[in-house]
Amino acid sequence: MTSSLLFNITTFAYLASMLLFFVFLAARTKAFGTAGMLTAYFGLLAQTVAIGLRWKESYDIGVGHAPLSNLYESVVFFAWTIVLIYALLDIKYKYRVIGAFVMPFALLGMAWAQLGLNTGIEPLVPALQSNWLLYHVITCFLGYAAFAVACGISIMYLIKANHDANDQKTGEASVMSMFPPARVLDDLNYQAIMIGFPLLTLGIITGAAWANYAWGTYWSWDPKETWSLIVWFVYAAFLHARITKGWVGKRAAWLSIIGFAATIFCYLGVNLFLSGLHSYGGGK
Amino acid sequence: MTTPNRNFLHSLWDFFCSLKLTMFLLISLAVLSIIGTVIPQGTPPEQYLAQITPNKLKLYKSLGFFDMYHSWWFIMMLTMLTANLISCSIKRLPHIWKIITLPVTIMNDGLEKSLANLSSIKSSDEPTAVKEQVVAFLSAEFAKPIVTEVDGAWHLFAQKSPWCRLSVYFVHLSVIVIFIGAMIGSIFGFKSFANIPEGGSVSKIMLRSEKELDLGFELRLEKFSVAKYDNGAPKEFKSILTVLENGKPVPDYTNVRVIVNDPLTYKGITFYQSSYGNAGNYFFTFSELDGKNPVSVTIPGQSAVNFPDGSSMHVVEATNDVAQFSPGLSGPAAQVERRTADGKAESFVIYANHPELNIQHAKQNGSGPVIHYKGAEELMYTGLQVAKDPGVEVVWLGCILMVIGIYAAFFMSHRRIWVRIQDGSVTIGGNASKNPGGFQQNFEGLVERLKSDLTKEK
Ligand code: HEM
Repeated sequence: MTSSLLFNITTFAYLASMLLFFVFLAARTKAFGTAGMLTAYFGLLAQTVAIGLRWKESYDIGVGHAPLSNLYESVVFFAWTIVLIYALLDIKYKYRVIGAFVMPFALLGMAWAQLGLNTGIEPLVPALQSNWLLYHVITCFLGYAAFAVACGISIMYLIKANHDANDQKTGEASVMSMFPPARVLDDLNYQAIMIGFPLLTLGIITGAAWANYAWGTYWSWDPKETWSLIVWFVYAAFLHARITKGWVGKRAAWLSIIGFAATIFCYLGVNLFLSGLHSYGGGK
Repeated sequence: MTTPNRNFLHSLWDFFCSLKLTMFLLISLAVLSIIGTVIPQGTPPEQYLAQITPNKLKLYKSLGFFDMYHSWWFIMMLTMLTANLISCSIKRLPHIWKIITLPVTIMNDGLEKSLANLSSIKSSDEPTAVKEQVVAFLSAEFAKPIVTEVDGAWHLFAQKSPWCRLSVYFVHLSVIVIFIGAMIGSIFGFKSFANIPEGGSVSKIMLRSEKELDLGFELRLEKFSVAKYDNGAPKEFKSILTVLENGKPVPDYTNVRVIVNDPLTYKGITFYQSSYGNAGNYFFTFSELDGKNPVSVTIPGQSAVNFPDGSSMHVVEATNDVAQFSPGLSGPAAQVERRTADGKAESFVIYANHPELNIQHAKQNGSGPVIHYKGAEELMYTGLQVAKDPGVEVVWLGCILMVIGIYAAFFMSHRRIWVRIQDGSVTIGGNASKNPGGFQQNFEGLVERLKSDLTKEK
């Protein structure tokens, strides 16, 4: 068994899980939701083993390091964290249908990584040879993943809220009846961001600590740093939106979606379009 | 007593206490910060300046876009954020303080109606006995209650972690602490850069402000080396450094290894491995096409040589074995850049073992001299980032405060329970500052157990 085979299995599991959730939405049969969830759990397990194996394989070829060192490895880890955060929310709240809006993100990540990126294990350049890499990347990506889940929930919220506003005469059962009430979605969005915000904060702080240790400056307004601060500002605004009347509901959902767009730009856009110290994501 | 002046101060206060201002500032900061990630900061490269029109350049300069995070308007927005933060806290703190220190211990009708969780148990037992029982129950299962008697009714009040209501203020305080740390660093610290050739040393460094700083000690580079992986990717950049006081090596700071991610700190000043290069000389011979009149030319590693005819030449990169770049060729080679008197630049490779290629290049060029490479003197220099920042500890303190504060703000909750024993019934109410869903479950569980407690005894 090699890690690359397991990663392929993972990708198919996430694809199957997403399709099962779509069928669940259309058919409104509980069994499909459960099957979708179990498939996602299976994929998560396979991916966990695969990541561990890849770690070991890197030692076997003599360049041993945690599998978080290039774009391929980070995208794979991102997909893993998304499913992990979703699983945590599922265990706590059991709103299966959210999977239909979250699994596509994980699938997209895995498919892109497997098909479009260089999967080779590479040695670590000097700048990345530090334990801080581990702390920094793990906290950042767990935060990103929570924001991905929040974004999926916000999209659901907007669909649901629009639907509720448009037709009051819903006698017939529709796909909408599968959605949790708008109030619950709003709260779940908040819950997900309450997980993500402290993690992003830790991610920024560990990044600053590392930069200070490696270069003597904890903050140098490098584009990646600045974008992570932008993301942080957006979610801080989201949190304060809860306390300000008029900034809840739809506006909060939009803030969450904008926040995730900024997150994705911070993660990928900065490497693709801007230059800076965090060069590792850019190379193919 | 509302004079216009007072009115103005009042509106100013209200302005700074407003959470709408907070939203505005946070979102504006997010949007405006984008500018500095798109426009290069500091000294923008010339290619960039060539791209934009002179008018744009003037505009960007006057708006401070080339150093926007230190521009007056960015600093002003951060200052407003701080003022906003402090005003909001001052305004709200007394109320929160009262909730914590002077809890409402009696559940009257108004309070009862406002509570999200409410339940009632019938009990015909003697009220004082019931009270004792509920006190024991709450003490064991929740928290020790405060007991008050009013007009024959017993009121109990119990609460858990009231102080976590303060956590938000710690988060906000931490933002200010971090700002203070950053200010200390920018006032009392410095950042600079030092290049040291092997065998050489520095005792003074140039600051950004063009002032020279005396380190108070000397730092010598004993050796610099680069290690590579099998595939040619760099593995390690290593400087071996020695600190000297009055010309003598300091025992614990002799032959210290400094690599990327592992700096050297001495007397509060830290040296970080940052870059490297060749400080030695490169040797060439220039001759005419037929090889007549050879002249030796030495080009220093870090600068260009100017020729009498107005042209100049410098070495971009050199190698001892060109095979890794051009399979089939061998021996040393140097990539050079030559600028003619009229400013035309040309970059090409000169070989040591392949004179025919050098001649061919000269022929293609027409009249130019033939240049042969004769090798280099091996002398590396290391580029060290030098920094001192006495504000760092304060910044870390702020960060720790922030993480703890955010954790407490999100995941802890001030939970309160009121009980009234009156007219044969026990009324229980409760609320929580966070996570109402979770508290509701706890509350229902508590009521359930209290009910069975009270009925069991009969
Ligand atoms: C312009 C500056 C700011 C002002 C005026 C402000 C004001 C406030 C106020 C009034 C509250 C509500 C307190 C309460 O309910 O008792 C609050 C909550 C909070 N603030 Fe700020 N704040 C500011 C900036 C920030 C920043 C930069 C952060 C970043 C970490 C932050 C993090 C929080 C958090 C985590 C909460 C708790 C939110 C919740 O419970 O969901 N604040 N803020």
